[in-house]
Amino acid sequence: MIDEALRELYQEVILDHSKHPHHFGPLAHATHNAEGYNPLCGDRVQVHLKLDADGRIADVRFEGKGCAISQASASLMTDLVLGKSVVEAEKLMDGFLHLVKGEDGVPDLAEDDRETLQVMAGVSAFPMRVKCATLAWHTMKSALEGGAQPAKTE
Amino acid sequence: MSFVPPRDDFPILSRLVNGKPLAYLDSAASAQKPKAVLDAMTEFAATDYANVHRGVHRLAAASTERYEAARVAVARFVGAKHSDEIVFTRGGTESLNLVSYAFLSPRISAGDEIVLTKMEHHSNIVPWHFMRERKRAVLRWVDVREDGSINPSAVAAQITPKTKLVAITHMSNVLGTVNPIKQIVKIAHDKNVPVVVDGAQGAVHEIVDVQDLDADFYAFTGHKLYGPTGIGVLYGKRALLKTMRPFNGGGEMIAEVAEDKISYADPPHRFEAGTPPIIEAVGLAAAIKYLSGFDRAAIKAHELDLYQYAYGLVRRLKWARVIGEAPDKGAILSFETTGMHAHDVATILDGEGVAVRAGHHCAQVLMERFNVASTTRASFGLYNTRDDVDALVAGLEKARSILL
Repeated sequence: MIDEALRELYQEVILDHSKHPHHFGPLAHATHNAEGYNPLCGDRVQVHLKLDADGRIADVRFEGKGCAISQASASLMTDLVLGKSVVEAEKLMDGFLHLVKGEDGVPDLAEDDRETLQVMAGVSAFPMRVKCATLAWHTMKSALEGGAQPAKTE
Repeated sequence: MSFVPPRDDFPILSRLVNGKPLAYLDSAASAQKPKAVLDAMTEFAATDYANVHRGVHRLAAASTERYEAARVAVARFVGAKHSDEIVFTRGGTESLNLVSYAFLSPRISAGDEIVLTKMEHHSNIVPWHFMRERKRAVLRWVDVREDGSINPSAVAAQITPKTKLVAITHMSNVLGTVNPIKQIVKIAHDKNVPVVVDGAQGAVHEIVDVQDLDADFYAFTGHKLYGPTGIGVLYGKRALLKTMRPFNGGGEMIAEVAEDKISYADPPHRFEAGTPPIIEAVGLAAAIKYLSGFDRAAIKAHELDLYQYAYGLVRRLKWARVIGEAPDKGAILSFETTGMHAHDVATILDGEGVAVRAGHHCAQVLMERFNVASTTRASFGLYNTRDDVDALVAGLEKARSILL
């Protein structure tokens, strides 16, 4: 049983994202930036966003080092939120948090977004690792809110 | 090997984790408890328990006797000259904070210095940062050599006429390095600087004689010593404790309280405000009694044998880099795994029933020094066996096959 859970947690898609993260690096002319920090493990992540005049996420990048879960989660997040409005991005985050915490009440999401998020669902079997998965998302939220304080996973 | 790990003494070791036998390699974070400790605490609470140093009834007397007997046991355990040099605290962290508030704070002013090493646990860093923030003291850091050792002359080099304290760990919780405390104390004392030793690991794995070390303060905790959580110890030289102001205020630490004046109890009770961890003190005494039933040098040899065995196997993995190879070190093995983050490794090890610590080990200054974000740490206790090491290494191979 634990082997199945581990296989789901470390499935190919997640390992691919962690080894070859999408949208990784600095972002020139970013309009929103934030740093996230997980005091539990010392992992850090920076999220850079460029919002266009209509309030859509025209570009997104992330930087940082961390475990496979945190890197894959950040990479998947950038894929998902690119081109979305801020409201849509926050709805995705809400859905993601429900999913990795194994909670009911996942909001309605577009079918392909839901499928993309679903690969992270295995995290819910590992409560000690939920914070690894949520770090980048909290950091993005903090960036969108213009927070000066580093995002935390609490 | 003459020492046979007394696994049956530790009830938890017979349980399964994820369907596999538990290989508990996280004793540096907290050690498991022998039945003798659990039983002693239950027995005491069921027969002799009451508050201490208060009532005149029979149970109060019995409880006080057990509590003070625990103090004597601790004093003997660390070689203190007097049992009133043993202060019970809530843990090693509180012991170090007590030194910071009650000893150092009144003696330090802006520009004065505290010397500490880069291998300290946060509990032996943060209380000194408080002095930097609140008293504008200056922290002077002794570097750690590449092999994880400290050069005593590097300590000497950091001591100036402004130095008010040297704070150093007896044994690093990450590197396993055992520091030459006696030599460092001599260096500091030659310059009239007192030394506080963090003995959280040292008290467990070394045979401590505070008089021989000549340490001014020696702090440690119960739960790493196979005893309960919630109790720690500060050994302090009698002459120093007598000069110290109280730490917390409340019951038991006073001599007399009036509306407009107060006088304080003598050490050690001056520093034990409120109801102390009484049941825990009995548990700690039981742990010390349990440990003292073995040849402690044989325990150390057993732990080092396991360490050497694990070190050899982990070294053979080309993708693991061991951090901390000082000539004098105890049974703690920290390593980085190329291409794999320690948290992912630890999650997969857990699936195999192997409990290790992964992360920065509350030693971020040290992690920075070695330019690593996190390591995987296997730490050994008297109950570990080569089977535990084999499970660790098999788990590491499995992590590699899953993650890469």
